[in-house]
Amino acid sequence: MSISIFDVIGPVMIGPSSSHTAGAARLSRTAAAIVGKPFHGVIFGLHGSFAKTHQGHGTDIALLAGALGIREDDEQMVHAVELAKQRNLAYTFEEVELNGVHENTVQFTFFCDDGTVQKITGSSIGGGQIMITKINGFDTEFTANAATLMISHHDTKGVISKITGILSDAGINIAVMKLSRKSRGDDAFCIIETDDVLGGDIVEKIKLVPAVEHVQALNKID
Amino acid sequence: MYHSLSDLCQLAASENKPVWQIVLEAEVKDFGRNEAEIFEELKRRMQVMENAARKALNKPYPTVGNLITGMAMTQNHYADEKNTVCGDMINRTMAMALSSCEVNGSMGKICAAPTAGSCGILPAVLISVSEQLKAPQEEVLRALLVASGIGAVITENATVSGSEGGCQAECGVAAAMAAAAVVYLKGGSPEMMINACGFSLMNCMGLVCDPVAGLVQMPCAARNASQAVNALISADMALSGMGTVVPPDEIVEAMYKVGRALPVSLRETALGGIAATPTGKKIRKSIFK
Repeated sequence: MSISIFDVIGPVMIGPSSSHTAGAARLSRTAAAIVGKPFHGVIFGLHGSFAKTHQGHGTDIALLAGALGIREDDEQMVHAVELAKQRNLAYTFEEVELNGVHENTVQFTFFCDDGTVQKITGSSIGGGQIMITKINGFDTEFTANAATLMISHHDTKGVISKITGILSDAGINIAVMKLSRKSRGDDAFCIIETDDVLGGDIVEKIKLVPAVEHVQALNKID
Repeated sequence: MYHSLSDLCQLAASENKPVWQIVLEAEVKDFGRNEAEIFEELKRRMQVMENAARKALNKPYPTVGNLITGMAMTQNHYADEKNTVCGDMINRTMAMALSSCEVNGSMGKICAAPTAGSCGILPAVLISVSEQLKAPQEEVLRALLVASGIGAVITENATVSGSEGGCQAECGVAAAMAAAAVVYLKGGSPEMMINACGFSLMNCMGLVCDPVAGLVQMPCAARNASQAVNALISADMALSGMGTVVPPDEIVEAMYKVGRALPVSLRETALGGIAATPTGKKIRKSIFK
């Protein structure tokens, strides 16, 4: 059977829509986890069906809740506006037109406390499932259903082999790996989904690889 | 391994096991959870379903536009009057189905079964019938396994998405799952379970998805109530010993083809049916200014 019974009886979620409410909250929570540091402002750029129908399905409240770390099955979701106020989180919703993306797509812009700005794009692809498609200009594709390493580096020979060597030494199995680069020899970005939890000093070890600029581990989003 | 409704019957016969066990063993094998974990998770989900089915019975919940606010309470209090046409059980079942929809519309917690828009049907039917039969929780969870197996087959072979197959694919499939679960609770045979599924789908074939203002409220709530009743009568039809003439798997396929043949305006786009009535359009305008 290719379908789990818990995909039939489920997800457990806050209504009314698995794609426009639950998926939106999960997408936003995942984007905030990818940012991985405190932020004080978010712009939610809504594309397609999200831009047209977000009020009716509580998509805006769900997105805000997700950015605050509220789960898609947490009844606190409905209080997101008050919670954002308490935490001094500034936010706006804008309509955006993106090319070649899913109908239910959000372009997040996070304004971090350390002064940096992070841009993440992702889609709610149905049944509460999500896909992250862009991180700070680099195309990617992952669901955050597995532990994921996000590595930005310089496109140089041998970098990937050193990174995979470190993972292999640590007994971590690579499930999916995706590479992208701006151009040959330019900035590159690598996403590695693993079957095992990314604990210990993995991140620190990969940071020491020459040509690696930034490493971040994202554990599986429950 | 099962991939069709007839597989479920044949495996039950050849392995001499109840249908719920076939579904349970497939879940263990394909998704790596053990039986105890699966029952624990089913219990948790049944609890979420039960809370949603009862939450709005005596208290209205605000929804966008308040299109269905207070409906569950109205239906529930009417059931109390003991002067209904269809009797207490049917009216109570409809009230519970409406309650889940109202909770869903008010950004409350629900369990999709198989979708959020059809989340009222399976819980209302399971609760009503298990109360009537005084079935222990263990039996209710087994019935939930039967319903899940039916839902998994239809998801694999057809669709449970309103935008792909209309309301028949959401509320119709929920009714089919619930009907099979009822047959299990009543001690019916595997053939009766899949026949109940077939009757449910046959009874609502072609039902369109036409939500007013694109909101999961009306006619969704009314369809949850009526499809819960469809599940009950389909179970009785199957338990009587009647067959569906056309095999249930072929009915699933027909449902899929009918869904694909529906114009886009009748597949969750809010451009046809009840959504496109003068009043439906007026409501849309007043909500999305």
